[in-house]
Amino acid sequence: MRIGIVCPYTWEVPGGVQAHIRDLAEALIADGHRVSVIAPAADDTVLPPYVTSAGRAVPVPYNGSVARLAFGFLSANRVRRWIGEGGFDVLHVHEPAVPSLGVLACWVARGPIVATFHASYERSRAMSVAAPMLQSAMEKITARIAVSDAARKTLVEHLGGDAVLIPNGVTVSRYAEGEPLPGWGPDGGVIGFLGRMDEPRKGLAVLLEAFETLAPERPGLRLLIAGPGDPDDVLGRVPRAYRDRVGLLGMVSEADKVRAYHSVDVFCAPNLGGESFGIVLTEAMSAGAPILASDIPAFRRVLGDGQAGALFATGDAAALAKEAARLLDDPGRRAKLSDEARHAVRRYDWSTVAREVVRVYETVTHAAAGVEEDVS
Amino acid sequence: MTTLIVVIALVVLTGVYISWRAGRLDRLHIRLETAHAALDAALLRRAAVCLEFAGSRILDPATSLVLAAAAHEARTAGPDEREHAESDLSKTLRAVVDQERFREKLAEHSTGAELLTELDSAVAKVVYSRRFYNNAVAVTRTAQRRWLARTLRLAGHTDYPGFFEIDDAPPDSLAVE
Repeated sequence: MRIGIVCPYTWEVPGGVQAHIRDLAEALIADGHRVSVIAPAADDTVLPPYVTSAGRAVPVPYNGSVARLAFGFLSANRVRRWIGEGGFDVLHVHEPAVPSLGVLACWVARGPIVATFHASYERSRAMSVAAPMLQSAMEKITARIAVSDAARKTLVEHLGGDAVLIPNGVTVSRYAEGEPLPGWGPDGGVIGFLGRMDEPRKGLAVLLEAFETLAPERPGLRLLIAGPGDPDDVLGRVPRAYRDRVGLLGMVSEADKVRAYHSVDVFCAPNLGGESFGIVLTEAMSAGAPILASDIPAFRRVLGDGQAGALFATGDAAALAKEAARLLDDPGRRAKLSDEARHAVRRYDWSTVAREVVRVYETVTHAAAGVEEDVS
Repeated sequence: MTTLIVVIALVVLTGVYISWRAGRLDRLHIRLETAHAALDAALLRRAAVCLEFAGSRILDPATSLVLAAAAHEARTAGPDEREHAESDLSKTLRAVVDQERFREKLAEHSTGAELLTELDSAVAKVVYSRRFYNNAVAVTRTAQRRWLARTLRLAGHTDYPGFFEIDDAPPDSLAVE
């Protein structure tokens, strides 16, 4: 199938949407499809062979922050030419409600158009003005995908209509191998955590409380914490005597994140809720880290009811401590959980997710003649 | 007798002086209010022209969205957020109007040139009215701060006025003309 994918945000700037499109495009190419991505990019950026630049994005205030967006006649012309030359069977637009290449593509194209919605927000002033203006672009979209329940809810509330849910994938092979971080490494006593330290729903407080319970009787026990937030605030919640046993990495690069997953004996996801999918969990599973997670429904589902990772009662520090102690004392069980996790995570691999997306493509291209320029 | 006349004369003179100062402060307050009304009108007018542009179907939908969102934010912002929202609208306008070949594209439409003239004037009026308002603020503040005005509370319940600080730099292509 010939697939044209439209990315609204600057390619070389790291972001969830860009990463999603890169992984999806690569999985589709690996599956034998012909994929072309159009994205805003700076002139000197080295782009992968499947990406076409739509020119530079312009920073403008939008929806409460400054966004780099590609709009205007020149960008529209570039998208028009790309569509004219591409001969695509299907056009896959990301974030068509954002004033950038996505909405431009809907404007200039005609034919089977699939749209994926990523963002979720409670209430957006920009969206309330935008909704009527977006109407004609939205009407051209034949199939809609949301990456999470939250994104789907946002879509329903702001623009109306529904979407199918296809969550983000994880590129399992990217996490499968990794060198432990210096000074760390599975030594029978490292518990890991990854996520925003200052976001209560990520549940770091529960883990810190459990650590305080376990630390006195386990001199080898250490915590490895990665993620943005104020380190002093976290250390302030740990008794002075154990502070040197807590490692705070702060924001980590993609490469160091992989290494962090390989540096722990137990990876803990103590989330209190609100996690629609748990991308962190699937990454840790890809790395084969033995997992200990709160039993919120999403985690229970991903971990196959405890088959691929141990579960504890959400928010219960004593239960976490007890379960962590059992895991740390049982290398055999950890090895088994690690194997099970690597196996279970395959269904979340991008290759599987991409196949799901292709099914959507096939549904809309079934009776259609392909994508062409809209000359009306 | 002479002493009494001198005292009475002094009291009368002081009274006349104070009422003259109070009258001056009053005039300054009226000037300030007028300047504020003019500024408010100029800002609303600018937002209105932007919204009209966004709804005109002359621009591409992405540009329309960016412009409409910024104009809407500016128009609905509360007093505390207004300076921020109006600055954002100035920034957005520059990004939109300073696109390459923006003018040529607009010229293709019959209403395009008209709207652009209107935008040009609305943007300039924001710059002017803000300068006049801030001048009025500066003078009023100096007058209110004077010893006499403070001791006798000549300003009454009027608030100490604040400057309106925004980025109102016009788009390059409008400024050169």
